[in-house]
Amino acid sequence: MLDYLARMGQNGLNTVQSIGQSGRFLFHVVCRNPDLPRLWPAIRAQLYFVGVLSCLIIVVSALFIGMVVGLQGYNTLEKFGAGTQLGQLLALSIVRELGPVISALLFAGRAGSALTAEIGLMKATEQLASMDMMGIDPMGRIIYPRFLAGLISLPILTLIFSAVAVYGGYFIGVQWLGIDAGSFWSNMQAAVSFRFDVLGGIIKSVVFAFVVIWIAVYQGFTCTPTAEGISQATTRTVVYSSLAVLGFDFLLTAMMIGGW
Amino acid sequence: MKKQRYIDISVGVFMLLGMLALLVMVMKVSGLSDLVSAKGYEISADFTDIGGLKVRAPVSVAGVRIGEVTRIELQPGTLSAKVTMMLRKDKPIPFTDASARILTEGLLGSNYISIVPGFDDDEHHEHPYLRSGDVIAKTQEAIILENLIGQLLFNIKK
Repeated sequence: MLDYLARMGQNGLNTVQSIGQSGRFLFHVVCRNPDLPRLWPAIRAQLYFVGVLSCLIIVVSALFIGMVVGLQGYNTLEKFGAGTQLGQLLALSIVRELGPVISALLFAGRAGSALTAEIGLMKATEQLASMDMMGIDPMGRIIYPRFLAGLISLPILTLIFSAVAVYGGYFIGVQWLGIDAGSFWSNMQAAVSFRFDVLGGIIKSVVFAFVVIWIAVYQGFTCTPTAEGISQATTRTVVYSSLAVLGFDFLLTAMMIGGW
Repeated sequence: MKKQRYIDISVGVFMLLGMLALLVMVMKVSGLSDLVSAKGYEISADFTDIGGLKVRAPVSVAGVRIGEVTRIELQPGTLSAKVTMMLRKDKPIPFTDASARILTEGLLGSNYISIVPGFDDDEHHEHPYLRSGDVIAKTQEAIILENLIGQLLFNIKK
């Protein structure tokens, strides 16, 4: 019994310690004075890896999600004779919620896990340790470019997602189901405001980018340097960042609806 | 070297795609609705009952949208609702005898405010058009369906 209690306390302390460690890690990454011109090639390579290579999955899933929302929304709205309101339903649900959340989840699965595995393998093959020995700070050379690239890419990916998804819904609603194109766009423009909806979606995606990329590089940097450790860290990245994205989404939505 | 060039170009295309998407969101999806109404002036009107009117409900003249409701508060003394709205600057509305009504879009739609402009649009008048801070004196409260049904039932019983 006592043993059990002691183990529980140990687990609790370990959790708190890892939270503190990740906070200190984040502080080290954010509060540094980076030599941007020298790091630029590395950042560019990471932008390619994290952003450009994620484009395909983002565009394809955006197209299908837009089409599905268009189809579902039209079938429901049609029962009330409000089929022309499809533009409004589509744009609001995608710009406010689906765009930021689904791109962040896809980003965590596509780029976050890959970053964790890459950094973890660097650690397992002692590349990080040897960099440290040569007097090169792995924090600045390895972690920082990846962090920055993730922070830049996800908002861009989210914008691309939302735009493509709206056109996917347009394709279904206007081209296939025969809603009038004029009323589709004008209903949408009357309902969507730049400041509340589009900007809100961008703010969400920046927060999600921060959270996902933080979890990904932290898990990679602190993983147990074995094959099993890397696989566990990769799993943790996807699980934790998905949960964090959904949790933060609720908080941010509550804040935005409450008017800050 | 060739690989490096390919990476650079694809990152550049990626960034451009992002900007294009932002442009689509601004122009096509949100229709710049806020950037236009940001340049406007605020007027207010007191209503005895606003029904289901909400903040950001449209304000229209002759059915054309010219602004939106920005604030709704209860006046402490008279217990009436003070509705503040933001109107576009480029459409001047004659001030004298202007009145505001709360109407409903269709039978079950949402509420909006319709402003009936005054008749006196003499340019030489001291205060020809609505301007910032004006209060519309003549107002008509929202027509609430329950009250109408209640009255109808009452009349049928008699």
